[in-house]
Amino acid sequence: MSHSDTSTSTGPGIRIAGVSKVYHGTSRPAVDDVSLDIADGEFITFLGPSGSGKTTMLSMLAGFVSVSGGTIEIDGRDVSRQKPHRRNLGVVFQQYALFPHMSVAKNVAFPLQQRRMPKAQIAAKVAETLKLVHLEDYADRLPSMLSGGQQQRVALARAVVYQPRALLMDEPLGALDRRLRDQLQREIARMHRELGMTFIFVTHDQHEALTLSDRIAVFNDGKVEQVGTPSELYERPGTLFVAQFLGESTCFRGTVDATAGLLRCEGFAARAPRLDAGLDGTGGVAIVRPERLELHPGAGDVPSGHNQASATVTEIVYVGNHHQVGLRFGDGTTGSAMRVAGRSLPAVPGEEVTVSWDPEHQSIVPAPGGASASPSVLEAAGA
Amino acid sequence: MSAPTASAPPVAATGGAGPAPARPRRRMAGWFILPATALLLVFFCYPLAFVIWRSFTDPSAGLGNYTALLHDGVSTTVLVRTLVTGLIVSACTLVIAYPYAYTMTRVGPRGRNLMTVVVLLPFWTSMMARNFAWYMLEQRGGLIDDAFSAVGIHGVVLLGSVPGVAVAMVQVMLPFMVLPLYSGMEGIDKRLLDAATSLGAPRWRAFARVYLPLSLPGVLSGFTLVFILTLGFYVTPALLGSPQESLVAQLIATQVSKLLDFGGAGALGTVLLAVTLLALFVVSRFANLSSTTEKAVTND
Repeated sequence: MSHSDTSTSTGPGIRIAGVSKVYHGTSRPAVDDVSLDIADGEFITFLGPSGSGKTTMLSMLAGFVSVSGGTIEIDGRDVSRQKPHRRNLGVVFQQYALFPHMSVAKNVAFPLQQRRMPKAQIAAKVAETLKLVHLEDYADRLPSMLSGGQQQRVALARAVVYQPRALLMDEPLGALDRRLRDQLQREIARMHRELGMTFIFVTHDQHEALTLSDRIAVFNDGKVEQVGTPSELYERPGTLFVAQFLGESTCFRGTVDATAGLLRCEGFAARAPRLDAGLDGTGGVAIVRPERLELHPGAGDVPSGHNQASATVTEIVYVGNHHQVGLRFGDGTTGSAMRVAGRSLPAVPGEEVTVSWDPEHQSIVPAPGGASASPSVLEAAGA
Repeated sequence: MSAPTASAPPVAATGGAGPAPARPRRRMAGWFILPATALLLVFFCYPLAFVIWRSFTDPSAGLGNYTALLHDGVSTTVLVRTLVTGLIVSACTLVIAYPYAYTMTRVGPRGRNLMTVVVLLPFWTSMMARNFAWYMLEQRGGLIDDAFSAVGIHGVVLLGSVPGVAVAMVQVMLPFMVLPLYSGMEGIDKRLLDAATSLGAPRWRAFARVYLPLSLPGVLSGFTLVFILTLGFYVTPALLGSPQESLVAQLIATQVSKLLDFGGAGALGTVLLAVTLLALFVVSRFANLSSTTEKAVTND
């Protein structure tokens, strides 16, 4: 959607350098040596499953949680030890965290009062910001009289009204139902465009991450697995975890043969250009997205240069604009291919098909655990 | 939620005279409260009515007892002293209980259990044992006197004085303050303080602007409870106080048991009851008007 301007502005920004967090009484770090540069005006998402450290990282940026190691710099200034109220960051919480005893307008005015802005100016600013989130008619209501979506919009207004250095959002859509979530997602994207502010967004929802972000940092086990634009992460996942967490994929396990430029799998070998020589002889996984898999009836005629493997069609699911074709390969690997609706289907469930794909659209990543593990069923994360 | 409409009528509907489709269960509910109602009627409402009745009729019909109360020079002094003591005790209890209750919301479940037990401990020890313990502590040559003597301050004998009574009352009243405070504070979202600080408020101002107002309903109910309880306190003032500085409960007891002035005692009791009801009324008005919490709003 809005990842047009990813040009790395090298000026001011937020720099996370080797930051770790070990909570008191635990031995395993919640955040483990994370380094990340966030450009001015960027929309960056911390994506990961629960317990991956993404929220802890955000809390450290906001100053709610102290850092155990490393530094956080904002515009070249170390803020690691600074109190939250001095950091000038906006924070939006999953459970809104609106002040229940203050009206909507008073909630939004709160940060301006803390900054000792003159009353008349506060009133104007509050009205303007409430208009931005389409809540100008709700100024005098108490938060408890608003719906969840409206409350979160108040929280957004409250967090941007004082033009903070950046807006941090911790699963802001997590408590909302699907329809509201989509709506608010568009509003957040619009606010990012209109305000030009740095947005740091935490979510476990890959769909949110893909549609909103300029860049995504995928968190796993306290570490950042990969940072990149949504399309980089989707087309060129650097690890099996990223491939499985972000979108669906078919994952062929095999052994890397760097000299021949092949990933040798059970029953076939996949051509793999630009293989890292260091991986030679180790276990590797070839990852192909469903829309990149071509299906040919029977032996088929595969375009030259493409990889191919034969598979049995296990199921065909109609999803409206496309068919999802479930596949089982000779080595037991399961996967799925996408067939745009309107195109004829090459087979019915139970029949053999030839599956082919362009090696350019496949990513080879190291197999977790190193050695060429026996081919196992890898389930794609999410749908 | 999106439950089918027309189910779940308001629970508040009182039994009796409801329209036709009264369900068996609700009719049963009326019977369930019968024993308690009967008990209250016989042992509370009737004696209370009798006391009030006698305050107007004994020894002669009219407001004689009440005018005497105003002019005897003792009753009003004692009443005022009782009210002031009640306010001071409630305030002191609040000051001690507030940080305690706040801490209870911040520690883990085990710490919280321990803190609850500690606060309830006085409840589980005999009233007399507790009061006599204070007697020992406060008497001449008691622990408190000795401790002050050791640092060169002599003659700190709390026994027989209003401060002596107040100190013991504060200790006895602590649970009545801690528990309402805690239950109020428990419902306050901890993230609100984070939110306030992220918006630019230093920790103390976040507390003053956000946490304190939200904890007020608990403060109000704890304060009222303790205040009302101290007004009618008898055992502690009787044991630790002195007849020269007696509180209302002692005065009533004296009038009944020594002077056999049932009408006068009744009048004093009625005034005490009126003061209590007035306090409750003021507090309930205040609680409704301030609408400090969602609770207050949705309850309206």
